[in-house]
Amino acid sequence: MSNEKRMIPTRDGFGDAIVELAKENENIFLIDCDISKSCKTTKFAKAIPDRHINVGIAEQNAGTFAAGLATMGKIPFISTYAVFGSMRMLEQIRTSACYPHLNVKVACSHGGLTPGNDGVTHQAIEDMGIYRTIPGMTVIMPADYNATKKLVIKAAEYDGPVYLRFTRDPLPIFYGEDEEFEIGKGKVIKEGKDISLIAIGDALHQAIAAADELEKEGVSVELIDMHTLKPLDIELVEKTLSKTGKIITVEDHNIFNGLGSAIADVIAEKGKGIMRKVALKDTFAESGDYYKLLEKYEMDSKYVLKMARELL
Amino acid sequence: MNKVCFLEEKAQEMRRNIVTMIHEAKSGHPGGALSATDIVTVLYFNELRIDPNQPKMKERDRVVLSKGHTCPVIYAALAMKGFYEMEEIYNLRKMGSILQGHPCMKKVPGLDMTTGSLGQGLSAGAGMAFGAKYDKLDSRVYVIMGDGEIQEGQVWEAAMTAAKYKLDNLVAFVDANNLQVDGHCTDIMPVEPIDKKWEAFGWEVIKIDGHSIPQILEALEAAKKVKDKPVCIIAKTVKGKGVSYMEDVCEWHGIAPNNEQYEIAMKELGGAV
Ligand SMILES: Cc1ncc(C[n+]2csc(CCOP(=O)(O)OP(=O)(O)O)c2C)c(N)n1
Ligand SMILES: [Mg+2]
Repeated sequence: MSNEKRMIPTRDGFGDAIVELAKENENIFLIDCDISKSCKTTKFAKAIPDRHINVGIAEQNAGTFAAGLATMGKIPFISTYAVFGSMRMLEQIRTSACYPHLNVKVACSHGGLTPGNDGVTHQAIEDMGIYRTIPGMTVIMPADYNATKKLVIKAAEYDGPVYLRFTRDPLPIFYGEDEEFEIGKGKVIKEGKDISLIAIGDALHQAIAAADELEKEGVSVELIDMHTLKPLDIELVEKTLSKTGKIITVEDHNIFNGLGSAIADVIAEKGKGIMRKVALKDTFAESGDYYKLLEKYEMDSKYVLKMARELL
Repeated sequence: MNKVCFLEEKAQEMRRNIVTMIHEAKSGHPGGALSATDIVTVLYFNELRIDPNQPKMKERDRVVLSKGHTCPVIYAALAMKGFYEMEEIYNLRKMGSILQGHPCMKKVPGLDMTTGSLGQGLSAGAGMAFGAKYDKLDSRVYVIMGDGEIQEGQVWEAAMTAAKYKLDNLVAFVDANNLQVDGHCTDIMPVEPIDKKWEAFGWEVIKIDGHSIPQILEALEAAKKVKDKPVCIIAKTVKGKGVSYMEDVCEWHGIAPNNEQYEIAMKELGGAV
């Protein structure tokens, strides 16, 4: 991990993007659940107070309130931590937003192990898998500040429910400000022919470090940012599969139902290709520094390398 | 014909439609549909600003049937108002029907919210009322809840939100029939004193006999005069109202009448089979 790069959490990207967006689009509303400070939405509350709602520590209410507001033609973004946004308000979002396909966005900070020190209660490792299971839901995790800003705008432009997941901990800025993103279209960062590394969110940075290492060893790596878990860019997965035949998925999520599982589905249906998953191995983690947790739980670039060597 | 007589007749007609569609579907929830019928009748035939030709009209009033299992009452009301053909009620709960077992706003013209998962409707209604106020619409939002339903914690989260944002365009009915699935609310999980609870949450409370058309009319008028707070109308009702063998009988929460029972019900409701 390079230290020269600017480090910034993706929750900041959301906090900045939502204000810019709301200034341009009168239909954007923000619903907070008493954690606006740590979700970086205080700026919105100050800048656009009449479209800011703080329901307090009442996530279930936030979910259905947003659905009601969406029926009025508004675009409500709910902001909370990923554990609460995916589990405390799950059925509300499932039945009141996804079933009627309402324009509700659940935009959550503290994805994966990024709230490291807070420990298991605040580490969302199941959220993307849970939301992926709901018909009509879109699931996105941007990999850096700039990607976040762009994908938040894309989520607002899309008419329907979206789950967005951000990090509490800082990540290097990888993309330029003008990089373009499209929901459901993975980004090929680098083409290669020996092995494909496909990552989502903060895990992209581990994949990048592993890819750099592999390239030094003369391995031709195809590196993909699969920022949209659902709808999955199946076409791109099939394409890379036909090129390299070997995939390693990297995600800051439990090993079930996340990116690895989604891509395993494609491989199983195609009946060709091999893969390894780098993810949290169906265990709860613990309090600790985010990067140290990644190392201990075998989710870091070193482990990606190990898996790659196994496959090559 | 005076207004009260007209509404009373409409309510009986609505009850006949409810029993008919549940009988035809061979499943459904008659008890809570019949206890809410008088309220729904007054809303749809006297109160609401709605237009069957423009079901999505922005300026319309909204209704959220939070106790979604009792949707036959709304399905009947919307059919009687001409949002779709009356024949549609015979398709309740059948494959391909717009009339799902619990109501889906994407399928039913004139239906403002998808419900069926109890405890959520007031939040949705609060969201609508907030949106209406923001847009400076004078639309009003009516939410109908069950008395068992208010055991859900989310109801009280929504109650606080509506009070905080002074949603005086929001009216919540509690259909207080003292029955839920497993028995009397007073036994399963006491919700009384309902009025004091809503008052304590910052709501204006109006208590009525939920089967008295004049009292429902009066309450709705009184609610319009309340400023800066939401209004809760606690309607004392009888579950299964209008069909003698269903009245206050817990089992009629969620079963359909057989042919014989259907004939008795229709006779009691002043109709011919
Ligand atoms: C969240 C949720 N839990 C449980 C149910 C199952 N259920 C359907 S109706 C009902 C009882 C409702 O009682 P009440 O709110 O008093 O309605 P009414 O008496 O008017 O039928 C229950 C528990 C449900 N639909 N939603
Ligand atoms: Mg009841």
